[in-house]
Amino acid sequence: MNIKRLALGGAAVLAAATLTLSGCAAGGSSEPTSSPTDGGTTAPATGSLVTVSWSEPENPLIPANTNEVNGGIVLNSIFSGLMYYDADGTPLLDAAESIESDDFQHWTIKIKPGQKFSDGSPVTAESFVKAWQWGASNPELLNQWWFVEAVPFKGGTYDAVPGEDTLALEVVDETTFTVELTQPMADFPVALGYTVFVPLPEAFFEDPDAFAEAPIGNGPYKFDSRQPGESLTIVPNEYYDGPRKAQNDGIKFVAYATLDAAYADLLADNLDIIESIPTASLANFKDDLGERAIEQPSAVFQSFTMNANLPHFGFDEEGILRRQAISHAINRAEITEVIFAGTRVPAEDFTSPVIAGFDPESIEGSDVLKFDPERAKELWAQADAINPWSGTFQLAYNADGGHQEWVDATVNSIKNVLGIDAVGFPYPDFAGLRTEVNERTIQSAFRTGWQFDFPSQANILGALYVTGAGSNDADYSNPEFDKLYQEGLTSSTFEEQTEKFNAAQAVLFNDLPAIPLWYGVTTGGHSTLVDNVAFGWDSWPILHAVTK
Amino acid sequence: MAWYIVRRVLQGIPVFFGSTFIIYSMVFAMPGNPILRMFGDRTPSEAQLAALEAKYHLDQDFFTRYFLYLGDILQGDLGTTYAGQSVNEILARTFPTTLRLAILAVLIQLIAGVIVGLISGLRKGGIFDSTALIVSLVLISIPVFVLAFVSQWFFGIELGWVRPTVGPGAPWEDLLLPAFVLAALNFAYVVRLTRGSVIETSQEDFVRMAYGKGLPKRRVIPVHILRNSMIPVTTSIAQDFGILIVGATVTEGVFNVPGVGNELFRAINRHDTPEIVSIVTILVIVYVFVNLLVDLLYGVLDPRIRYVKK
Repeated sequence: MNIKRLALGGAAVLAAATLTLSGCAAGGSSEPTSSPTDGGTTAPATGSLVTVSWSEPENPLIPANTNEVNGGIVLNSIFSGLMYYDADGTPLLDAAESIESDDFQHWTIKIKPGQKFSDGSPVTAESFVKAWQWGASNPELLNQWWFVEAVPFKGGTYDAVPGEDTLALEVVDETTFTVELTQPMADFPVALGYTVFVPLPEAFFEDPDAFAEAPIGNGPYKFDSRQPGESLTIVPNEYYDGPRKAQNDGIKFVAYATLDAAYADLLADNLDIIESIPTASLANFKDDLGERAIEQPSAVFQSFTMNANLPHFGFDEEGILRRQAISHAINRAEITEVIFAGTRVPAEDFTSPVIAGFDPESIEGSDVLKFDPERAKELWAQADAINPWSGTFQLAYNADGGHQEWVDATVNSIKNVLGIDAVGFPYPDFAGLRTEVNERTIQSAFRTGWQFDFPSQANILGALYVTGAGSNDADYSNPEFDKLYQEGLTSSTFEEQTEKFNAAQAVLFNDLPAIPLWYGVTTGGHSTLVDNVAFGWDSWPILHAVTK
Repeated sequence: MAWYIVRRVLQGIPVFFGSTFIIYSMVFAMPGNPILRMFGDRTPSEAQLAALEAKYHLDQDFFTRYFLYLGDILQGDLGTTYAGQSVNEILARTFPTTLRLAILAVLIQLIAGVIVGLISGLRKGGIFDSTALIVSLVLISIPVFVLAFVSQWFFGIELGWVRPTVGPGAPWEDLLLPAFVLAALNFAYVVRLTRGSVIETSQEDFVRMAYGKGLPKRRVIPVHILRNSMIPVTTSIAQDFGILIVGATVTEGVFNVPGVGNELFRAINRHDTPEIVSIVTILVIVYVFVNLLVDLLYGVLDPRIRYVKK
């Protein structure tokens, strides 16, 4: 009798648990997901798929609305734009046969004939034009910027009404279309390698939301299946016949909550490619992986910025002296070595060593980034003579991004050299920091950075320092810089352009709208099961070349 | 009994409204505009900010947003994340995994904990007892993430007995290691609770009476001692179960378990208001429900406790 009661109690708990479980399972069964075993008949067994560490994309899989790496790398594999970038960032033709212009302002684009989307529908000039018009017309789309600011498209505006055609694009014939810009831009074909400029099939325009669930592209791979929260699988697209032909049976992007979990799987050969090494393993990953470890410079530029309205740091004589003094007071070499274990490289200019044209040595004034306590004190004293210093130097950062260590080291460096009060100022999260930066209410220096969208110096110089540019957080304005930048943009040869951009950088080295700190480093690795793993200039693994 | 249940369920209603309101206002009070986060280091244009704020109702005042949300949730729609996924689907996908992990962990701590605790209690002061006490002390003092990382490294990478992380579809065998990690801490408590309870019960008159009657040990231990020692243990375990099913964020993160804890962690990082509030609300309801079951269990286990209409 007594035993029976106890057993009953236990049974009640289990029964309740089972009830809840089956309740949830029933709710989930309406979901149109396929189980891993029946995930598409064309998919080969998971064993031969190359697995890549990943995280759920933050936005629907639509090229015009994806601006982060997880959605980006999927779209980059299932779509082909007019151009693509090889490992060192050289732009090469992909879907395009030619991209030509006499004046860098009026462009004629010819695409290779006979291309198809993975659903069999043809890729035409119309597919490009309609896709770009769609992406440019809706301010809700995160990449609208590309059609308004990054590339000076004629007609591009943030005030576009969804559905309205704003860009001056014209279809000439089945495989040809023309583009008109508001001003010459020699780098236009370089920018075209970005995923926002891919074509879209007719199926997209019928129902964009449904399309985002299972996108149809013209790239080396096609979408195969997706288990939300777990993985997304792509397999080779048999219609693709371009330069990025897949050398493997497909890619499986596996979602990880933490990089540490992905790293554990990599060590056990459960994961083929990790896109980034977790902080905790940076010290030992080269020993763990040996020749399978990857470490190379990346196109990430990190800095901190002081707005023109920050007391003592305006772009007048005093402010510029103080900016230069601060820059000389930071021991970049020591911080990158001690805090980042060599996974950052001290900055020497305002761009990145992986971007063509990088040549800081030749630029006048670039030694302002050299650690020089004596010079720093001297400049600071000169500024004090104009207007005595008061208060505390604060450097704001977001506490959710692992920035505290380097911020503390940087302000300590400034404090020790200049003998002023200098402290880090944490914001709880990135959104909080950006809100104050955006509203210009921030009363301190703040961390800033830039990851290149396309491999050209024009990308960073134009977006951050040109008068009135959208991301000009310093409200910097120098007509001389604007003029040199503009001249570089319209130079007909690469040499001439580099010369102009370097001259423009010399202006920046004097004014220091941002204090360059260091460049990022791509860290990654692969399992023993795959070969030919290389990471590109953009820190993404070059997936189509991987063999397994 | 029925009346008691009805009353408890009715009490759940203000808990539901109170918790959604508190959680919603807390998320609302988080500083910063989540839209700006979406653009990274780049600054969006005014038009883009306005369009996206309107899309996610961020331009409306707190009460409008709260009641819009409440209206949806009462119709069974938990909203959509900023990535456009339905929160209903996310919960339907992640909750069963977390529940399976919780069941496994509770079974492990129950079986192992009660057996060890019983032997310890019966052989108080012996070698087994001392060892068990030391081991449980060590387990209690190790933070869960240390235990998780070390066991992942040792069993998953060094020995290669199990996958270091949970594989596709979260099969039971992959959940075993994280379940052991989750069970480890509570195991120590179950051992100590059972041991203390067994020692106390063994000294009761009815146990001495049973031995005196000449009943064999195999009858006295399970029926007279163990059953009467199980009351505090069962309630403690049931409460652990309540805690476990609302997601073990750290452990799920280390082992990449596609469960609720993981999803919630990601939602908080993304400032995803609808997702955070919906998940937490559901978890509150589940927790309230499990607590109700625990209270009912008292009555089942201990006939002296009866829930009657006053």
